[in-house]
Amino acid sequence: MNPKLEEKICQVFIWIMALLTFFVLAAIIGNLLSNGLPLLSLDFILQSPRSMGREGGILSTIIATLYLIAVSLIITVPIGIGSAIYLTEYKKKGKLLRVIRFTTESLAGIPSIIFGIFGFAFFVIFLSMGWSILSGGLTLALMILPTMVRTAEEAMNSVSDSLKEGSLALGATRWQTIVGVVVPSALPGIITGIILSIGRAVGESAAVILTAGSSLGIPKSLFDPGRSMSVHLYILAAEGISMEKAYATGTVLIILIILVNFAANYLTNRQRARTS
Amino acid sequence: MNNFLSNIGLHYKRGAASLRGQVKLFNQKTYENMVEKVLFLCGAFSILAVFIITFFVFYSGLPLIYRTGIGNFIFNSQWAPLQGVFGILPMIMGSIMVTLGALVIAVPLGLGGAIFLAEFAPKIVTRIFRPAIQLLAGIPSVVYGFWGLIILVPFLRGYFGGSGFSALAGSIILAIMILPTIINISEDSIISIPREYKEGSLALGATRWQTLKHVLLPCARPGVITGIVLGMGRAIGETMAIIMVTGNVASLPGSILDPVRTLTGNIVIEIGYAHGDHQDALFATGAVLFIFIMVLNLLVNLRLKKEGDA
Repeated sequence: MNPKLEEKICQVFIWIMALLTFFVLAAIIGNLLSNGLPLLSLDFILQSPRSMGREGGILSTIIATLYLIAVSLIITVPIGIGSAIYLTEYKKKGKLLRVIRFTTESLAGIPSIIFGIFGFAFFVIFLSMGWSILSGGLTLALMILPTMVRTAEEAMNSVSDSLKEGSLALGATRWQTIVGVVVPSALPGIITGIILSIGRAVGESAAVILTAGSSLGIPKSLFDPGRSMSVHLYILAAEGISMEKAYATGTVLIILIILVNFAANYLTNRQRARTS
Repeated sequence: MNNFLSNIGLHYKRGAASLRGQVKLFNQKTYENMVEKVLFLCGAFSILAVFIITFFVFYSGLPLIYRTGIGNFIFNSQWAPLQGVFGILPMIMGSIMVTLGALVIAVPLGLGGAIFLAEFAPKIVTRIFRPAIQLLAGIPSVVYGFWGLIILVPFLRGYFGGSGFSALAGSIILAIMILPTIINISEDSIISIPREYKEGSLALGATRWQTLKHVLLPCARPGVITGIVLGMGRAIGETMAIIMVTGNVASLPGSILDPVRTLTGNIVIEIGYAHGDHQDALFATGAVLFIFIMVLNLLVNLRLKKEGDA
């Protein structure tokens, strides 16, 4: 074939592929937002669901989601940051480092349903915590650990060596340098990691439904079951309870995810602008 | 005498001071060591997590597989948990079917998108496209499932007849969900090819497409394959979006328009009310799924290692 013609055809083909991809995204988000936004109101956010979610709002699911996020972050943030510090500042190479890196990668590759099965077998049954915020939060903590470690690690790697050396030269110990110099400089990156983790936790449904259950009441303690927003959307739609409420819940979820993306991008760009 | 006494006092003071210094130094050292130990524990936490997850998934799943016999569990096409018949062949086929279907759709689209972003897109388009892809990756799977349920399934019902809940619907939803993975990783590997390769090819008079076909794509192949395998892992493990559009019928599918149930769907749908052997059979389903995922992860890791050596 004529190379010029071939070139034209392929360019057109690739443009079509790209536009199709873009169109799909626009179709999904556009459809949900255009149907869901008009249904949103303050009442929807501030009222608890009534008659299985057919009436009322989503307050109890928002509270359950917040509890789940809180439990998982309390565990994952310190461990993730500690792990990142160890990997970047203490153990720079060696077998152990490779093993830790491999397991963190593997953890990231495990699908959420496996976390769900594990959480159900271990927390819910073996440790007899039952379907509860605690079981769900702990399971989520394991799920978001790789995100946290990876972003914190990247952030700490990007702290320039001259800063660290300056601190060490002034007589600060390694740990003083980390607390006083490395972590503060890496803070925007660490916060990005926390935000991304929150995004993942908000969107998760398979692991949550298996560990925190799907009871609609407002959880009063860590040992109460709860239904997160994502699980609520699933039940509303899959059981055909109310498509209107499902649209509205989906819209809230999408808005949250857009905010999470926006915040993470903003922080990353600012950090990049500052370091370069 | 006075002089002597004051001398002793001085010595004593000096001694105490240096002793105090030593104590402080000692404390600081133990403190630093303790910190390192704590940080090590944080680092080792992920090792522990992977170990305990693997252990518990198999510990809860293997006994039933052992009791029914592995062949009988995997190759039996009948799933009748209330009669105590546990065969997960339909679910294995269902998972394989939707995953392959998703790849057939997503690989050309994803590659096209990656090439577009890396080579053809004007800067302003890239600036919109990249965050859009990132957003696509962050949208929760239930939201995709919901969209599939209200838009895609009725569309397929109108177009092909039947219920619309089908392996095809699952494949399309999965394809959309794994697109970001394939695009991102393929694009990265195309961009990371040294510029000289491309410039050399163009300087020899090759067109952009010829350069792409004969130089860039062969160089980017390992990265592209990694992206596809990772996408495949994501597809086979996806749960909530899939169960909302595939119909979840636990029998062998005849065509892609038939409803199917995946391994993941089998677990979520029945675990709420399962007891005894039935519950164990669901754990066993999880164990089989976990093996699929481990094999895929292993492939990616071997691949990455090979790349690292080369």
